[in-house]
Amino acid sequence: MHEMSLAEGIRRVIEDQARAHAFARVTCLRVEIGRFACVEKPALEFAFEVVMRGSPAENARLEMIDLPGRAICYDCTREVEIMARLDPCPLCGGGRLMPVAGEEMRIKDMEVI
Amino acid sequence: MCTVCGCGTGAEQGHSRSDAHGHSHDHAHGHGHDHSHGGLHFGHGPAGTEVPGMSQVRLIEIETDILAKNGVHAEANRARLAVLGAFAVNLVSSPGSGKTTLLCRTIEALGTHPLAVIEGDQQTSNDAERIRATGAQAVQVNTGKGCHLDGHMVGHAMDHLTLAPGGFLFIENVGNLVCPAAFDLGEDCKVAILSVTEGEDKPLKYPDMFTASRLALLNKVDLAPYCHADLDAYERNLRRVNPAIEVIRVSAATGAGMDIWLDWLRGSLARKAARTAAE
Ligand SMILES: Nc1nc2c(ncn2[C@@H]2O[C@H](COP(=O)(O)OP(=O)(O)O)[C@@H](O)[C@H]2O)c(=O)[nH]1
Ligand SMILES: [Mg+2]
Ligand SMILES: [Zn+2]
Repeated sequence: MHEMSLAEGIRRVIEDQARAHAFARVTCLRVEIGRFACVEKPALEFAFEVVMRGSPAENARLEMIDLPGRAICYDCTREVEIMARLDPCPLCGGGRLMPVAGEEMRIKDMEVI
Repeated sequence: MCTVCGCGTGAEQGHSRSDAHGHSHDHAHGHGHDHSHGGLHFGHGPAGTEVPGMSQVRLIEIETDILAKNGVHAEANRARLAVLGAFAVNLVSSPGSGKTTLLCRTIEALGTHPLAVIEGDQQTSNDAERIRATGAQAVQVNTGKGCHLDGHMVGHAMDHLTLAPGGFLFIENVGNLVCPAAFDLGEDCKVAILSVTEGEDKPLKYPDMFTASRLALLNKVDLAPYCHADLDAYERNLRRVNPAIEVIRVSAATGAGMDIWLDWLRGSLARKAARTAAE
């Protein structure tokens, strides 16, 4: 469900870009997805294929680039990279981490003809 | 005409609740939604565009948030609320945690303070009717298959309400602990409601919503003895996923803790007013 709205968001951006840059077709679209973003990659891939039909990005390749998850540790006050949302602080072992990066869902660039 | 999306629904402004009944219209330009039975109904059906262009491969840098369009709607809502000095709360939780019950109780306790309510559910206008029964104005948004409210829906819902300066806007999101976390509605903050019948580990299982919220209302504390709930464990797990979160223990059924929640609301509104005045 949620991935469908993301794909619709991508389509809106592509249609705006197509008007602004006068291109016919998108061949490849690169998106950056944070490690903690609420996105299921296979579901987004599927939604992308369905939602792009009839748009300039029909049959375009979708590349997903992972962005790391980062958090501020409330115990040692340093910013650290964590792999999973509930990981302890790798520096002090503390368990009170506030995510500061890793929730991104960004369109980076696209190849067009 | 709606100045944000240009979809023409702004013309609905000024319609009273009863005027909004019994008519519906669709928009042919891609994000069709119609208004009928006094609620707003949303669905999606993007229109195709084909733009003739050149044949050389180019790379276009975009660096745009996928939800950028939602962000534009959310910021427009936020600006409208700022002009009014109104404080908007986005209430998020799983279905059945007690959002509507708590809202009704809150409205009664706020007495004559100006406020309005936007109710989000996939189907039915039951909740808006429950709110109107308290005497407050409410508009129901049905998301259809959609699992969350978005900035566009809330902007149009606001057109159907008379928001008074210095009032509260309560937005009851669709019951879902996942997706609403990602959609900014233009609110001042999210408030998560977690009831003691749901299990102490829910914040760990669904961290995003609790990380995105400024306050958690731990509801149904009257039931704690019956379901062997460990309220301290609830709070510990909430702080594990959001060390800055505030927690208030309440019962919408008995009214326990409601005074603290009301103080929190009035304090937040006053702080927003002070911030705005200082700018
Ligand atoms: N015992 C008890 N029941 C509650 C409380 N708050 C809500 N409920 C009940 O929980 C059920 C779901 O409440 P509702 O407000 O519809 O939840 P929503 O889906 O989050 O809007 C209803 O039967 C309410 O009466 C509470 O504090 N204590
Ligand atoms: Mg409800
Ligand atoms: Zn640390």
